[in-house]
Amino acid sequence: MVDITAVPAQPGMLRTFWASTNLIQKIAAIVGVSLIVLAAFAPLIAPFDPLDQSLISRLRPPLGFERYKDGFYLGTDELGRDVLSRSLYGLRLTLGLALAGASIGLLLGGTLGLLAGLKRGFTEDIIMAAVDIQIAIPFTLIALLILAIFGSSLEVMVVVLGIAGWEQYARIVRGEVRKITQMPFIEAARASGGSPRYIAIRHVLPNIVSPLVVQFTLALSNIVILESTLSFLGLGVQPPTATLGSMVGYGRDYMPTAPWMVTVPAVMIILLTFSVQITGDWLRDRADVRLRER
Amino acid sequence: MTVYVLRTLAKMALTLFVIVSLVFFATRLSGSPLETALGEGLTEEDRTMMIEYFGLNGSIWEQYARYLRGVVEGNFGLSFLERRPVADIVAERIGPSLQLLASSLALTLIVSLPLGVLAALYRKSWVGSAIMTLAFVGYAVPNFIIAIFMILLFAFTWNLLPVVGNGSPAHFIMPTIAMSGVLIAALTRFTRNAMLDVLGQDFMRTARAKGLPESVVVLKHGLRNASVTILSVLGLQIAGLAAAGNVVVEAIFSWPGIGELLVASAIQRDYPVLQFGVITVAVAVVTINAATDIAYAYADPRIRLSRG
Repeated sequence: MVDITAVPAQPGMLRTFWASTNLIQKIAAIVGVSLIVLAAFAPLIAPFDPLDQSLISRLRPPLGFERYKDGFYLGTDELGRDVLSRSLYGLRLTLGLALAGASIGLLLGGTLGLLAGLKRGFTEDIIMAAVDIQIAIPFTLIALLILAIFGSSLEVMVVVLGIAGWEQYARIVRGEVRKITQMPFIEAARASGGSPRYIAIRHVLPNIVSPLVVQFTLALSNIVILESTLSFLGLGVQPPTATLGSMVGYGRDYMPTAPWMVTVPAVMIILLTFSVQITGDWLRDRADVRLRER
Repeated sequence: MTVYVLRTLAKMALTLFVIVSLVFFATRLSGSPLETALGEGLTEEDRTMMIEYFGLNGSIWEQYARYLRGVVEGNFGLSFLERRPVADIVAERIGPSLQLLASSLALTLIVSLPLGVLAALYRKSWVGSAIMTLAFVGYAVPNFIIAIFMILLFAFTWNLLPVVGNGSPAHFIMPTIAMSGVLIAALTRFTRNAMLDVLGQDFMRTARAKGLPESVVVLKHGLRNASVTILSVLGLQIAGLAAAGNVVVEAIFSWPGIGELLVASAIQRDYPVLQFGVITVAVAVVTINAATDIAYAYADPRIRLSRG
């Protein structure tokens, strides 16, 4: 039996992937990878400490404008903190939160979906009823409730982002599992004595990896938007720590005098959601044969 | 058909019951919800009096029973901060929210139906890809960023539009656009896909073979058949998207609607207001979804005429 997860990634594979993308997708990939690198190495790249205040250099504009202060390439905020450094750390936190949230959603939703698809009966009814209810309620409402009750902290935020979107994974996994368990090779595995657990992990899981990867990427972009929105509203991580969304939120008060305070993080959010979403769309189109004709 | 309607209504009732209960127990999870509102320095007597005043005495099950009775009777308690019935507070916010929703929906339909049809007709040319790129941008850019950039340009740079409140028709322009962004993106995509499905059908070829002008073929035979799908999507997706957009956009533009109220009560921890606000929006969304489901079933003869 060939274990499809164990096929090593060949150097030629990456080149084939690259050749199948168009210009916009190539740009998105480059931007996305650059953002990940910037986020990962933020402490090394950032020219200043993101929390370092300097009252004499408050609200200085970016490079090329009058009153620009040397070294603060993208200007400073109302406390004289370097906007570039803060944005890099904000990007790091935003991406970290989004990845943590999306992973929790994947684990939670994936497990429940797998259970629903394999166990059937009562378990399936309960799980799918929960999915239906979650779909019916706009998630922003749930997030507002949770954040109001448990307060805004990093941990609560991760939980909120983790719950967001679990129902999509559950739905997809259940559907795929039901489809796959009808197939002859599962029957063959069962006939040759494979336990349900063995079949689930060894045969079912590897076959639903590709829709999961697609959903994960698309969910990541939604989670970035959700996190930014909540932080922007002042319900996210509390100051002085900043994510990109909360930087836009606080910068809002200084928009007439210091528009760079909102522009820099806002542009970063757009670059992030764009590159992630384009990659997700590309993955989906590749995975879905029916869409290729359109 | 009757069975289908009944099943949909039963599902709706169950969903609403779960929401109402979840909202109650969620707000009790953090101990007494009054704790933050009361603050310190109260005598034991005053504290007991306040707890009774807001109906928070007794065991959690007694409170739950009282709360459920209140929901049925339309009595949702008092706001911690304003000390008046939350139903009144929420009620005066519904009007502005509906106005904003109506103008956003109007803009969404006016923009995305033609765009969606064009994108389907010219899917191989640059027109189609330009429209889909635009729809993509609407999806990927969060609405608060659209709002921020609009405020930066139209209010602070060119001083053309007002930012705060809903006093005049000019006040509607930016919030409406900010809210419509995602909706337009979603509906354009759905319209295009629904049209693509219809365009490939045999009856379209028949209509052309009859010698009908292309505009009649596309609009009367194409769009009208696609409209059932489009409307169902409008009901199912847009209700949720609009509810989420409402919260953000209203908060940014200080629009005196439910969304702004929800954010304010979440930040100030005014639980009774938050509870009832969430329930109101959830009821609206669930009702619209159920109505869409039933309308869709009615439009589909396979379900309408079935016995089951």
